[in-house]
Amino acid sequence: MSQDQAESGRDIALRTEGISKRFGAVRAVNELTMSVARGGITSVVGPNGSGKSTLVNLLSGTLPLDGGMVIIGDVGLTEVRAHETPGHGLTRTFQEVRLFDQITVWDNMMVVLTKRALIPALLERGRPSQKELAESILREVGMWEKRRSLAMNLSYGQRKLLEIGRAIAMDVGIYLLDEPYAGLFPQMVERVKTIMKRMQERGHTLIFISHNMDIVRELSDRILVLDSGSLLAEGDVDEVLSRQEVIDAYLGV
Amino acid sequence: MLKDLLALRDLPSVWRDPGAALRSARGNIEVWANLLVIAWAASFMIWQGSGFAVTVATVFGIWAILTVSLNLVVGFTGLLSVGHIGFFGIGAYAMAILTSDPAYEQLRTEAIPTFGLPFFAALPVSVVLAGLVALVVGVVFNRFRDDIYVLVSFGFAIIAFNVFLNWRGLTRGAFGIHEIARPEIGGWVIDGEIDFLLLVMIFLALTVLVSWFMVTSSFGRVLTAIREDEQAIEVFGYRVTHYKLAVWVISAMMAGLAGGLLSSWTTFIDPNSFILLESILLVSIVILGGLASIWGSLLGAMAFVLLEEGMRFLPFLPVEFIGQARQVVLGLLLVLLMLFRPQGLVGRYRL
Repeated sequence: MSQDQAESGRDIALRTEGISKRFGAVRAVNELTMSVARGGITSVVGPNGSGKSTLVNLLSGTLPLDGGMVIIGDVGLTEVRAHETPGHGLTRTFQEVRLFDQITVWDNMMVVLTKRALIPALLERGRPSQKELAESILREVGMWEKRRSLAMNLSYGQRKLLEIGRAIAMDVGIYLLDEPYAGLFPQMVERVKTIMKRMQERGHTLIFISHNMDIVRELSDRILVLDSGSLLAEGDVDEVLSRQEVIDAYLGV
Repeated sequence: MLKDLLALRDLPSVWRDPGAALRSARGNIEVWANLLVIAWAASFMIWQGSGFAVTVATVFGIWAILTVSLNLVVGFTGLLSVGHIGFFGIGAYAMAILTSDPAYEQLRTEAIPTFGLPFFAALPVSVVLAGLVALVVGVVFNRFRDDIYVLVSFGFAIIAFNVFLNWRGLTRGAFGIHEIARPEIGGWVIDGEIDFLLLVMIFLALTVLVSWFMVTSSFGRVLTAIREDEQAIEVFGYRVTHYKLAVWVISAMMAGLAGGLLSSWTTFIDPNSFILLESILLVSIVILGGLASIWGSLLGAMAFVLLEEGMRFLPFLPVEFIGQARQVVLGLLLVLLMLFRPQGLVGRYRL
């Protein structure tokens, strides 16, 4: 659906122009240019160390860019500041789930719903509208019963769900999900799939990293294949995954 | 906080089944810690008579302002600062210098600038001054995290002490400053011990109220998120540096307030009240009482003051060892507590 639109340049949610990141002598991301269509689910695949997580870290401002430009919507950024990304309409989850461990599930959810500026935050003590939203999202990801537990006492799967719930609460256009399926047992995988499909139906743009080719084939309409920090292939999932160089670099291993 | 004290929610069940309540209380260290400190305080007051009790309560009030304010930074925001005593000192010295009496100062060999302000004019200036210094220091400190943060704040405490000791034209160095003004409203001089206790308690209540207002707001929730994962909360659109700076400055202003009260109460200060050791004691009390718990900090300050003042009356302890002995006891207490109850007396969080 969105592929033609994306290629005509009319409806691109996110793209990069020659972005780079080095760690010492290693080029983790090397002059990468790519684009993501609005409203679709795009998967990012590649062997370990190919720069997938670094890419997400660069797009979300968690790591500073060494060069190049990130274009979110129609705003070009040569420096992405993490605290400004929600304003541009982008949020992310982390590969190693990063919850606020020693506060409750409820507070983990509320903290992304409240006011950002200092003084309004000081004067605010949980509005009914925020509480309703927190409740509906916690119910959606199936964490409502756990709302009074500390985040540190959750199981791994529950932590993943809460993190995704927290991202949903941000209600932005673009979601970067770093390995949302890693380490989940089948029942949880189905749950996360359902959540992602529902998000897409609501018109959000999803970009996710995964090593599970079945999930990639099932969910995504476009795929980016990274290898050694460069873009190896980009396009329709089935077509790209049948290309010989992709099979050699990644799938054939 | 009061519900920590008595577990008020569970009161009806006490009536229904006293045996079960007793059994649950047996394992509830929090309840016992509260009861112990309060009973200790009460018996101490009765034993020593009201005059001394008022003194102890005043010391407690001033220390409690310090511990509650430090807990905002250490417990809620997770910034382990051992430099809090510096702001305490700034408040104390500001009060001392601003209220210094020209007539008295002329008699001295090493004169310091005189302003002759009354207490209630000098107090806000002391508070704001501590806040301004904190603002400058905080901008620098915001670049550091975790263990480096501890070291940097350590450095601040040492610098502050050396300024108090060596800027003799302003602080009269090791000689200290005498004849610091007592508070005065209209014609009423707050000179009596009970009057002053009342004043300290009003300011303590104000500190607790402001702290409570902060930590129960959305702002406070963000602080705890910063403590848990600074980088992650930034992704959700919060300017972590602003939040850290705000809580740091407010906390320092409260410490400045405590300093102003101290110097007016004792009417004499010298740099020895603001050494690094006192700052580390403060952090210990905050941890001992319970991180991210205002009630815990009050309880911690109470336990500390009772320990400090109470040891004076141990008959087998020679007077000259008391100072050291209280540090040994406090150190031991801290080790034991960290071994068996790392979250402190009534806290829920760990560093």
